[in-house]
Amino acid sequence: MSSIEQIRLDFPVLDQLVNGSPLVYFDNAATTQKPKAVLDALQHYYSLDNANIHRGIHSLAERATAAYELTRKKIQQFLHAESSDQIIFTSGTTGGINLVAQTYGRANFQAGDKILVSNLEHHSNIVPWQMIALERGAEVLVIPVSDVGELDMDAYCQILQENTVKLVAVNHVSNAIGTINPIKEMIELAHAHGAKILIDGAQSVAHLEVDVQEFDMDFFAFSAHKLFGPTGVGVLYGKRELLEAMPPYQGGGEMIKEVSFSGTTYNELPYKFEAGTPNIADVIAFSASFDYLESLDKGWVEKQENELLAYATEQLSQIDGLRIIGNAAKKIAVISFLIDGTHPQDIGVLLDKFGIAIRTGHHCAQPLMQRFEIPGTCRASFSFYNTKEEIDRLVTSLKRVKTMLL
Amino acid sequence: MASTINDTQEELIEEFGLFEDWADKYEYLIDLGKKLPGLSEDLKTDENVIKGCQSKVWLHAFMQDGKLIFQADSEAVIVKGLISMLIRVLSGHSPTEILKADLYFIDRIGMSQHLAQTRSNGLLSMVKQMKNYALAYSSQV
Repeated sequence: MSSIEQIRLDFPVLDQLVNGSPLVYFDNAATTQKPKAVLDALQHYYSLDNANIHRGIHSLAERATAAYELTRKKIQQFLHAESSDQIIFTSGTTGGINLVAQTYGRANFQAGDKILVSNLEHHSNIVPWQMIALERGAEVLVIPVSDVGELDMDAYCQILQENTVKLVAVNHVSNAIGTINPIKEMIELAHAHGAKILIDGAQSVAHLEVDVQEFDMDFFAFSAHKLFGPTGVGVLYGKRELLEAMPPYQGGGEMIKEVSFSGTTYNELPYKFEAGTPNIADVIAFSASFDYLESLDKGWVEKQENELLAYATEQLSQIDGLRIIGNAAKKIAVISFLIDGTHPQDIGVLLDKFGIAIRTGHHCAQPLMQRFEIPGTCRASFSFYNTKEEIDRLVTSLKRVKTMLL
Repeated sequence: MASTINDTQEELIEEFGLFEDWADKYEYLIDLGKKLPGLSEDLKTDENVIKGCQSKVWLHAFMQDGKLIFQADSEAVIVKGLISMLIRVLSGHSPTEILKADLYFIDRIGMSQHLAQTRSNGLLSMVKQMKNYALAYSSQV
């Protein structure tokens, strides 16, 4: 049985005053907080094991290499991937998407090809495709979004039928409004029409089970820092035959087999895509996130998040003039909202004065804001360490903020 | 004699000194924002826009009797309040005076966080843009 008081103690950052009030951290979709185990792992690595990996023959290098590769193994298990050499370390979700765009995209997109993204995407799953589309003469098409914030699946099918779509790139979960997309169905449809598919898992990994084999994913990208791990580490999973056929991304050390001025041969997976000294310390510390998550009761975590979402939705809806943006039937614990007559930025500035951290703005999803004809939203995003009492504080403070602004 | 830029800054510091807590301070700021006349739609042009990450700010400037006049607007009322103070301090002075102005009042009234990069509210860009106008007009005079 996981007790919330106990769990909150695992996250040192939560125990502090901000502007004189106990911190309420509702910006988990931007980044999650780190359990003490992750902080300790960082400290441990730099205090005892710091060495460059894969090439040293001394003991420290061996320990660091083993720890680094152990994280890869844990990620393989977490994603249910076939093998750990299909787990490529990147700098983040953005890094993984760009890698696919610049290697798979450059090698495979021809003039006239279509790349299909959705209207729900984060800029990091739009712009890399626009860049490579421009370079290759391909075109980016868009799956529309309904008024409640769900993907229009009929339109998706129609676009796939009417075009030569080479690749579909969609998020598992919308960062701006929390919609859970039907990716299993989307993957099947993409494959049925001969398209590959990349799933941006940045917002799903902390909330949903991911099984890359069961879902038959071609590519899956996510960031460690949204899964209670350090910043600066990301993961790209790819199907073996795709990764092997892809040219290297960046050149440098580590990614080579042999280098001479007459020609260079490249290393095997995953090292082919990991040029240079990687973010060793943060990768190693990320390992502790998985151990920590395993120590939690999964059923409790799911129940806690669902209850927080239901309670917050109910409580926030009772505020006069508050409008929730995004009411998909399936959502993670994220609520985007607007209050009539106010600007999200003003709400965010004032809530901070009450010690409450939310995100305001367009959430790097300007096309979605344009779709809803709004300048941005206020977004409260929850994690299992949040409480109903914190939601009560949000509601009370919002009422006060509203009075101040109107 | 008309008050100087620093006279106005001192006035603002004194006004804000009266407030006991942050809420009073922000309520005053919000009030200033609401009272700022803002800009008519025809002046909210792309040329006048200063893009922050979160809220749009528009700045319009023109010369009148050797003095530089600023008018501005924003979608967000707290930013508008901050703008209103900048206008009160800088507008109506000569370009040379504006160029030389050291805007110490923002820090003294406890609002320097709004000039920080993270706020991305365009206020920092707004101050720069006001100085740019002053520079442009001072070379014309």
